[in-house]
Amino acid sequence: MALATSGLRKTYPGDVVALDGLDLTVPAGTIFGLLGPNGAGKSTAVKILTTLSRPDHGTAAVAGLDVLSQPEEVRRSIGYVAQKSGADVQATGSENLVLQARVHGIERAEARRRSHQLMDRFGLVETAGRLVKTWSGGMKRRLDIALALMHSPKVVFLDEPTTGLDPEVRADLWDEIRRLRDLENITVLLTTHYLEEADQLTDRLAIIDHGRLVVEGTPSELKDDMKGDAVHIELASFEASSSAIALLEGSLALREMVADGKNLHARATRGAEAVPQVLGALSAAGIAVQAVTVNRPSLDDVFLRHTGRRFTKTETEIES
Amino acid sequence: MTALSHATYIAGRHTKALIRQPWYIVASLAQPLIWLLLFAQLFKSVADLPGFPTDSYIAYLAPGVILMTAMFSNSWNGMGLLDDMESGVLDRLLTSPVHRSAILTGVNIQQTLSLAIQALILTGLAIWLGARFEGGVLGLAVLGLVSILLGAGFGGISMGTALSIRQRESVIGMNQLLVLPGVFLSTAFMPASLLPGWIATVAKYNPVDWAAVAAQEALLSTTPNWGIVMGRVGLLAIFSTATVLLGTGSFRSYQRSI
Repeated sequence: MALATSGLRKTYPGDVVALDGLDLTVPAGTIFGLLGPNGAGKSTAVKILTTLSRPDHGTAAVAGLDVLSQPEEVRRSIGYVAQKSGADVQATGSENLVLQARVHGIERAEARRRSHQLMDRFGLVETAGRLVKTWSGGMKRRLDIALALMHSPKVVFLDEPTTGLDPEVRADLWDEIRRLRDLENITVLLTTHYLEEADQLTDRLAIIDHGRLVVEGTPSELKDDMKGDAVHIELASFEASSSAIALLEGSLALREMVADGKNLHARATRGAEAVPQVLGALSAAGIAVQAVTVNRPSLDDVFLRHTGRRFTKTETEIES
Repeated sequence: MTALSHATYIAGRHTKALIRQPWYIVASLAQPLIWLLLFAQLFKSVADLPGFPTDSYIAYLAPGVILMTAMFSNSWNGMGLLDDMESGVLDRLLTSPVHRSAILTGVNIQQTLSLAIQALILTGLAIWLGARFEGGVLGLAVLGLVSILLGAGFGGISMGTALSIRQRESVIGMNQLLVLPGVFLSTAFMPASLLPGWIATVAKYNPVDWAAVAAQEALLSTTPNWGIVMGRVGLLAIFSTATVLLGTGSFRSYQRSI
């Protein structure tokens, strides 16, 4: 396990409970997502794991090191990209990277070499010598990630890394994060409030609400748990629907069938596998079909099921 | 050892920022220049009083003004730390293995460099205006040392305040409470024999006075009493070490707040 927490609890002044007994385990070499609305406790969990903050109760370990008793060792093993850029805007990109390397005990020549290498990798070579305050938001974000990678950490924390970025920049960043896992076997823990990001980027994800783990699994597992995909079949006539139900009732492909005029609504564990069977059976029985649609359950459905609220309702600024 | 090398890396960061804004050193000279020129005129006749240690008031005043410059510039160190808190630089540093004390002492090192430039200009000006410094280079070295220690002490208080209270107002308030009263409750501008009794008593416990006494003794006296100088330097070293340790300890308070 790259990361493990047990019973983490943290209360801020004014009895604001940020974490209320959080248990998490993150396997090494995965991109792990913490998904939750603002104020769910994601950032607090990351701050405790990166030794910035201390829990009131509970334990947390990073790469097998205890965050409370071995903070120095933890800091040597991690890279941290906070929500706010951590770069010094009054310095150049190279100066930022070299300072970061130096405090990690890397010699000056090696620090320069590695700084150049990372600038090259992140397409920042041309601006490396310019003050960071003149850089664009996307460039600053890439510098933040380069800063986190300077000392070749085992675990990288990304706290809402793509908030406020353009869609293209976001897609580039996703590729970069995947490369961390694929090429360097780095464990990535990222927090997000974008459902799409959690769905597409993470290997496993934990939904957090009110400082607790609500549910954890791979994005597909969580969605499969939703009793499968929604299948909608539009038949050619009203009369056909009752005979279609009678025909399909016995098959294992569809469940929870409901007729609505000439439409049939049902659920299938795997919609794509159910549709050919269903269409074959209907065609053999001479029942004409006008349209079929399959909708995968979304993480929004998962959130709704486990918390009783729609994720998109809890987030006003959400965008896909 | 790590603490020291980390402090030089942090000092490098602040020094590069300062080199990019050289006018800042000149701008921050305005205030001590006004003090030096105005006060030297205003209190000129004080030097005629019996028992005054120097012929010209400006010679007596110059070390005091340099000490005050060290106090003023370092007492804003907390503001820089608040900027780093807001920008996220501090959190990035705190998740790295950087030695906590280096975040404070790195700034002190950079302040020492800019103070050295300012002190040379102020001393040169004082000599040009007729001041004589009997202690010579050694006396100036003592003035430099006590300025660094006093500045580090006030820097530690300022940064400790910033980390514990995390508001600009608290740093400003602390400066207003400490810097000018600290100067005027000492022998920086007026010898002990001419101070009201209660101020002379308070001054004995005032780090600003320790620095002023050591600097004046080394710089103005033809035969300095090195026992007095070393005693005050020792007290100042304790003061600055204590405030830097307290400031470093305040990272705990910051850690609890986030």
